[in-house]
Order: sequence, then structure tokens, then C-alpha cells
Amino acid sequence: MTAVLEPTWVNVCALRMLPPEHGVAVLLPSGEQIAVFRTQDDELFALDNLDPVSGAAVLSRGIVGDRAGRPVVSSPMHKQAFDLRTGRCLDDPTIFVRAHPVRLVAETVQVGRP
Amino acid sequence: MTRTLVIVGNGMVGHRVVQALRDRDVTGAWRVVILAEESHPAYDRVALSSYVDSWCPEALRLPGAEFTEDETVELRLGDPVTDVDPAARTVTTSSGVVRSYDALVLATGSRPFVPPVPGHDLAGCHVYRTIDDLDGIRAAARHADDGVVVGGGLLGLEAANALRQLGVRPHVVELAPRLMPLQVDEGGGAVLRGRIERLGVTVHTGVATQEVAGSADGTVTGVRLSDGSRIDTPLVVFAAGVRPRDDLARRVGLAVGERGGVAVDANCRTSEPSIFAVGECASAAGRVYGLVGPGYAMAEVVVDQLLGGAAELGAADTSTKLKLLGVDVASFGDAHAQSPGALAVVHHDPVAGTYKKLVVSDDATTVLGGMLVGDAGAYGLLRPLVGAALPATPDQLLAPEGGGGPVGPAALPDSAQVCSCHAVTKGALNAAIDDGCADVPALKSCTRAGSGCGSCVPMLKRMLAARGVEQSRALCEHFEHTRAELFEIVRSTGLRTFSDLIARHGRGRGCDVCKPVAASILASLGGGHVLDGEQAGLQDTNDRYLANIQRNGTYSVVPRIPGGEITPDRLLLIAQVAQDFGLYTKITGAQRIDLLGATVDQLPRIWRRLVEAGFESGHAYGKALRAVKSCVGSTWCRFGVQDSVSLAVDLELRYRGLRAPHKIKAGVSGCARECAEARGKDVGVIATDSGWNLYVGGNGGFTPRHAELLVTDVDTDTLVRLIDRFLMFYVRTADRLQRTAAWIEAMEGGLDHLRAVIVDDSLGICADLEAAMAAHVTDYVDEWRGVLDDPEKLARFSSFVNAPGTPDPSISFREERGQRVPVLLGVPEVKSR
Repeated sequence: MTAVLEPTWVNVCALRMLPPEHGVAVLLPSGEQIAVFRTQDDELFALDNLDPVSGAAVLSRGIVGDRAGRPVVSSPMHKQAFDLRTGRCLDDPTIFVRAHPVRLVAETVQVGRP
Repeated sequence: MTRTLVIVGNGMVGHRVVQALRDRDVTGAWRVVILAEESHPAYDRVALSSYVDSWCPEALRLPGAEFTEDETVELRLGDPVTDVDPAARTVTTSSGVVRSYDALVLATGSRPFVPPVPGHDLAGCHVYRTIDDLDGIRAAARHADDGVVVGGGLLGLEAANALRQLGVRPHVVELAPRLMPLQVDEGGGAVLRGRIERLGVTVHTGVATQEVAGSADGTVTGVRLSDGSRIDTPLVVFAAGVRPRDDLARRVGLAVGERGGVAVDANCRTSEPSIFAVGECASAAGRVYGLVGPGYAMAEVVVDQLLGGAAELGAADTSTKLKLLGVDVASFGDAHAQSPGALAVVHHDPVAGTYKKLVVSDDATTVLGGMLVGDAGAYGLLRPLVGAALPATPDQLLAPEGGGGPVGPAALPDSAQVCSCHAVTKGALNAAIDDGCADVPALKSCTRAGSGCGSCVPMLKRMLAARGVEQSRALCEHFEHTRAELFEIVRSTGLRTFSDLIARHGRGRGCDVCKPVAASILASLGGGHVLDGEQAGLQDTNDRYLANIQRNGTYSVVPRIPGGEITPDRLLLIAQVAQDFGLYTKITGAQRIDLLGATVDQLPRIWRRLVEAGFESGHAYGKALRAVKSCVGSTWCRFGVQDSVSLAVDLELRYRGLRAPHKIKAGVSGCARECAEARGKDVGVIATDSGWNLYVGGNGGFTPRHAELLVTDVDTDTLVRLIDRFLMFYVRTADRLQRTAAWIEAMEGGLDHLRAVIVDDSLGICADLEAAMAAHVTDYVDEWRGVLDDPEKLARFSSFVNAPGTPDPSISFREERGQRVPVLLGVPEVKSR
């Protein structure tokens, strides 16, 4: 395990391991999974990794892009687009995933513990 | 209470009655019993001649003709009705089945007319009416160099083309002084004759068939004509017209028309009120129609009557537009200028081989009819104008399509029938457009226009444009372009990154639609490894992990097994890998082995084992060439006539890694038995005694479709060259996720155009297409080896960025039939009832 536990923030990886317009999956000590994304303009976002539609933990592997200017990731399973800022599914407003706090500290990506 | 409708006959019109009734009978008032003579369910008899392309009866089948899902319809094939008892309201079939009816529809069609010349019943004489007739002609053609077609009308020319496609030299014998005497005049007939003779058909007009000569054993040896000439041939096809099949009606005692046919009134009722007659067996106002359009109109009238309506038969539209032996022939309205005082304007271009005639009223204000030979482009506009005011000068109206001028859909009155197959007017179409129909498919499903013969589809497009409906061709919100346009942009500008492409030609940041399209285009144009730099982020998850994602988030591993041929050593290696990683193993329909259930972090370790043993990526994950299926061919099979395995292996290795708008599959069969099911593939090759037949545009999927014959009997070099051109042309010009079948269908001119481009090089691009394919073949590198050799790419194959060795704890398996299958979380299973 390379994860280092801090009071409220968990180190994810060095920023260079997360190229723009990509996502990575993070395993928390609790066993929960979080998908962390970096967009073209270097903003960071974090959502649940579990795709509520398929039940598989795969959102980090979706394609990152935008819909009408809103940053989104589309599920690799059935292509629903999730708003990276809110976790709301743009194709079906009854579906959502949680959004988590994420930040960059000294070139290291950190997510807040849920 | 449910009543019973019995329909005698399952041709196009009979089928139309059932369809219209099922569409409109929302309360379920009627159940339907169809009793048919032929053993094939209703098929497109108008397109019968295309049967020669595929010899596949299913290709002609009308949609929904089997009624397998419909419990209210009983379809009984191969059992003709022999008797009707109007008093008891029952029918009896030849096998003795008895059905009672509340209403009866006779839809028995026509029978071919065989002139009573001596010898007309010798072995070797055929008629041209059904699928079975064509099968018989095909068998006879094997032993014939020349063939005689009696009849130079529509049917005769179709029969001549069939003979030509079967490798027989056709002679057409027509009693009238010109071909197609009903549809064209002397001038049009001369142009038609010239074009048809250039295709190798010998035309004899103004002569009668005097005798069919036979040998002592009763088989045809030749035909003697009234001008004293004789044609040696073992094959004669009678295509001299049809006669209504009214014998059943006569036996029952129903009134018949003066020239035959079951007499019906404007409601399509016969002299027995509970019995209707429709289509070619019916005589309405003393006239029998040999066209499907009036038959469909009758079907609609009957259904309306059955449901309590009062519809009556209007004036029948006898317009025809055909492509005979590749020659356009159209006639509509008063084509022969028989109305009193009618004036005709004729454009005759003997160099181009076109003849166009417009018939107008004596005061030159109203369109009465017309005739087009050689170029029927103006048909879509002119036919609906019949009866309407002349909207422009006849010159402008007869100009080639797209030739400019003020004439467009605006010239049509609202009452003009744009689609004559389904009687859809311009007014109805514009109403549908105003209701939100924004493209041709929407208009088709909303009004049925364009879903018959299809000749009005160009007009539908022009109407949408005229109504200001912009046909969006945009790929997505980020690009205004089609995939083909983006391909050309990337090819001509040399842009090699998505960032540059979207910055210069698009907007925003891209999405799951345009990114994979760009990735595919870059890969087709030699953009390097699919996971190089920015390209990795463009790939759909399958391409990004070089494996297919499965429903529990694991991936499948599919090594390439070219042509399905594999050594025992390699089989053992695959088995060993599957066992070591606990993978579910299944042999696929494409002659490969699926290894399922691999987690992301296992993929590189699995592939390292496979690559070291000489396997490479099977591209089961990509919109790319998947596999080339083969039978065992002449090496092992006692029927095989060519080595299908070697060809399949060569083709699979040649096109491996080729990225395309959709996945591509191919097949090679070693003989006509077609054990490789090659015609269900995008590219199908079937061995013949003298080479290979190439079929294109087949597929499985939601709408399975057989491939169509492109060329016959070519040698291997020619075959490969044509496949190179076909695939590269497809890669460059198809829409996103458009299969080859849909691509060919959407192409203006369809298969004929495709053949012109890639066989005859009509656009002069074949050298370029071949060069592009040659570059692809030379530059191919196995994608998985590229990953294993690159630590940076390898690092991405981990379940968790902060715990690279830990597998995803949410994935678990259970055992079924001795193998591991996924335990699904939160996914509803299909409930069994």
C-alpha cells in the first residue's frame, strides 16, 4: 500500500500519473472506490467509481469531455454522462453518484475522506 | 366478437391487406387466416430479378411476412385453396383443410401468359414469375450458351438480364415494333434498344415466335421466328405478359370482367358481397392492373371496408419507374399523348443515350404525363405534377437533376402525390415536417412515404430542405462535420492530435462520440500506437485497455487465430494461460477463443505469456477487422474447389489492425455450400470452379443482412485488390458506427455506384486506396507487444493508482458448469417466468 492516511485527506498519486482528460481509480482503506479525473484545463474532480447503472466499479475508465461546457465523464458501460462537478447523470436526472472533495498539494493529488 | 378474414394468396397485395388490417384494427375485431399456394412467405415480386444477385429467397422476403409473433394471424403455405362455398362461408384447400370466414379476400394474382405456339410445353421452356421459376432457369442456364426470351416488355427485359447474369447470351423476341411498347414510344424505344444492345442483348422486334423446336426426347433445341430465322438454344423463357388468375372465382360463380379478372366494384367487392378481390386477379371498372401500386390501393380500400369505413377506389396510378439492365425507364400519366389536343415536348440526346418527353395540355398549361429513358432523374419531380399547372418551361423541367433552374418541390401543388406507393401527398408530408419530422427516416415512419419503391426519397430530402429543416450532419455538439469530412480534414491537413483538431475545426473539449471517432481516424492514417500520448484518452475503454469490458468490469482476452487455424501447441498454451489465471473459456462464433474474467491488472501478465508464444492481439475490442472465418476448403473437404483456409489466413493477416467506422468481419468458403457463412459478413468470398466470387455488405447485429455479389470468378490477386479498395473506401467515407451494409444502402446509386467506384475506378481514386492499404499492411505492429515494451503504457494497467497490485475487491465469481462466472452486484437479472 502506498496510500498514506492523513486526518482528512488521502494522497492519491503524483499529478504526472494523471494526464489531462484522464481518470484513475483510488482504493480507500475503507474499501470504497473513488474515481479522480483531471480535465484539459487542469481542474481536478472526484466521483464514486461505482457506476450505478451497471453496478461495476468502472467510472474512472470513462471518456472525459464536456456537454454544453459542463465537464463530464461518460460511463464505459452504457455511456451515461455524469457531471464531474455534481455527480448528476445528465441522461437520467434520477441517477447520480456522489462527488468528493479533491485538491492538489505540492504536485500530489488528494481526495477528502467521505 | 372476433370475426375471421380468410385471404387466398400471399403475394405482395395479399400481404398488404394483412399488414394494413393489423395496423388499423386496434380493437382486434378480426383474426386472419392466409392460405397460400407458394411455399415461400410473401416476397417482393417487383424485385424478383434481384434474386439473381443472391439466390437467397430471404433477401426478397417482405418485412413481417411470417407473422411468427402474431397470434391473430395463421399463415398456411404450400396449400392452395381449391374450393369456396359462399353459402356456408367456408373455403377448402388442396390438403382438405376447411376454414370458415366472415369475409374472404381473393388475392390470387396472375399467371404468366404462354402464347400457344407449337412446342411451348417442351422441356427447356420456362416462365418468369416466381422464385421457383428462377431456380429452374438457373439450373437450365448451366447447359446453355444462348437463351431466347419471348416478350420485350418489362418482364422480358428483366428475364433477359437474369439470363445475362447467368452467363447466357440473351435474345429478346418482341411482336411489337419496339421494346416496352406499353411504356415508351417509338423514339424512346429506339434509345432503349440502343442501350440494351450495347449490353450484349440481341433484340428482334416486329417478329413473332413461330415454333419452339425440340429433339426426339422432348427437349428444346431452338426457336423459329416469323422472319424465317432460327436461334439454336436449349432455353426459352416466356415473359409475354400475365393473365389474371380468376379460375377459382369462375368456379364459385362470381362475375368476371370482359377481359378476365374477378369483377369488383369501387369497394373491391365481388358479386358476392362477403367476398373481395384485390390486386392482379381483380377487374375494377373493366380494367386489370399488373402493377403493385393499384393493388396496394385496393388493399387499403378492403381494410377500410372491413373496419366499417366507406373508402372507394380512386383513379389508379399506373406510373412506372424501373432500372432495367442498368437503364432507367420511366413513364407516367398520359405518356403516349392520347388526350385530345395533347402536346409533347421531346428531348432526344443520341450521344448521351437519353430520351425525355413531357406531355402537356393543348393550351400548354397543364402537365398530362411523360416518359424518360436513359435518365429518369426528373421522375421524382415530374410524376407528382400530373394534372397540375406547368410550373416552369418544359425545357427546365426536363433538365438533368441538379442542373439548376427554378424547379423544385415548391412547384408542386399540395395535392400532388409525392409517394405513389403509399399515396402520400406533398401536403401530408409538409404537415409531418411541421410536426417535427426532421429527416427522411422520421418521414418514412410517420407517413410511410419513401418506404415503398424508394424513388421519392431524393424528393423527400429536397422537401425537407425547402421547408428550411436543416439536415444535421454534425457528429456531435463539438464538430459540425460528418466522420467522412473529419477523415478528409485529418488526411489533408496532416493534423495528428485531437487537441489541434478540435481547436481548429471544432469547439469545446470533446466527448465520448467525437473522441473515439478521432482516435479511429488517426489510427487509420498511421497515427502510431493507439495508446501513444494524448491518443490514450480518446479511446473507448475497450481500446484503452486493448480488451473488451464485460458486465462486471472485467475484461476479455482474445488472441488472434487467423482463419481459425491453430496448432495443438498453441491450443495448449491458451488452455494453460486460462487455467493459470482462472479465466472462463469459450469458443466464439468467429473461430477464436474468448478468455473472460481478467482484471485490468492481470491483462499485461496474460498478454506477456501469449505474446511470447507468438500470439498477437485479436482486436476483439476495436472497431477494426475482427476475424476472417473459413471452412476447411479443398485441402480437406471433398466438395471444396479452392483453398479457403490459406486465403482466410492471408486476408486476416493483411487487414489485421485496420480501424474502421464499425467492426469488420469476413469469411471465405471453399465452395457454394458456404460453410463459412461468408455472405453474413462485411466481406464474403466464395470459391467457384474458376476463381472467387466476392460479396460485400453483409452483417449480423440487430438487422441481419446478406452480402451482395460484387464480382464473380476473379483470381486471387484481383480479389485482394478489390477488397483493399472496398475496405479503404469504407474506412474513409462511412459515417460513425455505420456498418458496411448501411453505408452501401445510403450511398447514392447503391451497389452499382460502389461497383463503379471500386471495380471500374469511376472516381479515379483506386490507386490511392490501394496505396493507403499497402501502407497499412507495411506499418502494422501488434498493439499488445507495443504495450508490453513500454513501461509508461504498462503502468496504466492497474485497478488502483494508489494500490497497483490490488485487484478490485468488488469483483467476485461463482462457479457454473465447472468454470468461473461473475457474481453481479446491483444488476437486475432477467426474471424467468
